[in-house]
Amino acid sequence: MSPTDRNDERDPGHDERDPGHDEDRSVTGHGHQHAGHAGEDGTSAALSQRVNALVARLDRHGLTSEAEVGATLERFLAAAGPANGARLVARAWIDGDFKRRLLADASAAAAESGVDLSHWAPVRLRAVENTAQFHNVIVCTLCSCYPIALLGPSPSWYKSEAYRSRVVREPRAVLREFGCEIAADVRISVWDSTAELRYFVVPLRPPGTADFTLDQLAACVSRDALIGVALAAAPS
Amino acid sequence: MKRRPGDRVATVGRNPPGHNRLPRYLRGKRGVIEAVHGDYPLADERAAGRVHRETLYTIAFAAAEIWDADAEPGGVIHAELWESYLVPD
Repeated sequence: MSPTDRNDERDPGHDERDPGHDEDRSVTGHGHQHAGHAGEDGTSAALSQRVNALVARLDRHGLTSEAEVGATLERFLAAAGPANGARLVARAWIDGDFKRRLLADASAAAAESGVDLSHWAPVRLRAVENTAQFHNVIVCTLCSCYPIALLGPSPSWYKSEAYRSRVVREPRAVLREFGCEIAADVRISVWDSTAELRYFVVPLRPPGTADFTLDQLAACVSRDALIGVALAAAPS
Repeated sequence: MKRRPGDRVATVGRNPPGHNRLPRYLRGKRGVIEAVHGDYPLADERAAGRVHRETLYTIAFAAAEIWDADAEPGGVIHAELWESYLVPD
């Protein structure tokens, strides 16, 4: 699978009018994609060019500056990473009351845990819990919606057409390719982020972690487990 | 229309003109309301520079409803869809 933001390009409303969705674009288009994947994909290069032209124009009119954009991105990315999600999950494993609050309103539970998502409005965060009956996995089939303010930039495969088209159709096979084997009696629930909600998965607490501290439990939760393409596992 | 979790719904079958956020694979399919989220600006109008708020729902679709015989057995697909994308089942 190769990184692509191709579909975002076809989606004007999604691109330009919603600050929540815009974050995907500003980060991958200007920062991450620019530095990491420039040249691999003609669309990314075109997107970078557009972003750069926009910033230059805003700069010229005194509305912002390269330095200000850079600082904003840095501040945003410094606060966003999988560790945020891992700590919410670990706390939910320890504290049943918190877990109920997290599943009822993940945005409020994140705020309560000191994760500031206020700049992310109106997008709402939702935690979906794996159980003995259901395994959850998240996707955005229309573009690349992802809880970026919580978990940081999405992996490039998450934005690939292969992942987006296949995980809704043959989720068990896709998970197997990630090395994530789901027991035959566990059903798979796919969450397609088509509008204003952004999902993350609360995986099952791994066995043998009864005496783990919150930090140790958080270390069991990878970014991929928060997307649902891996299980939580005690570090070996 | 007041809809509640558990209500059966169907999605519109045609591709409305202009921008929308109803994935093609979910058009003309039957599902059940899993959650009601309140009013959010409809993507179709937002793409045209207008704000029109509508109730947003999470709809649960049985994988078999969408993929027929190819479906993941017992699989479920959830999507968030606005009122405009739904018709009563």
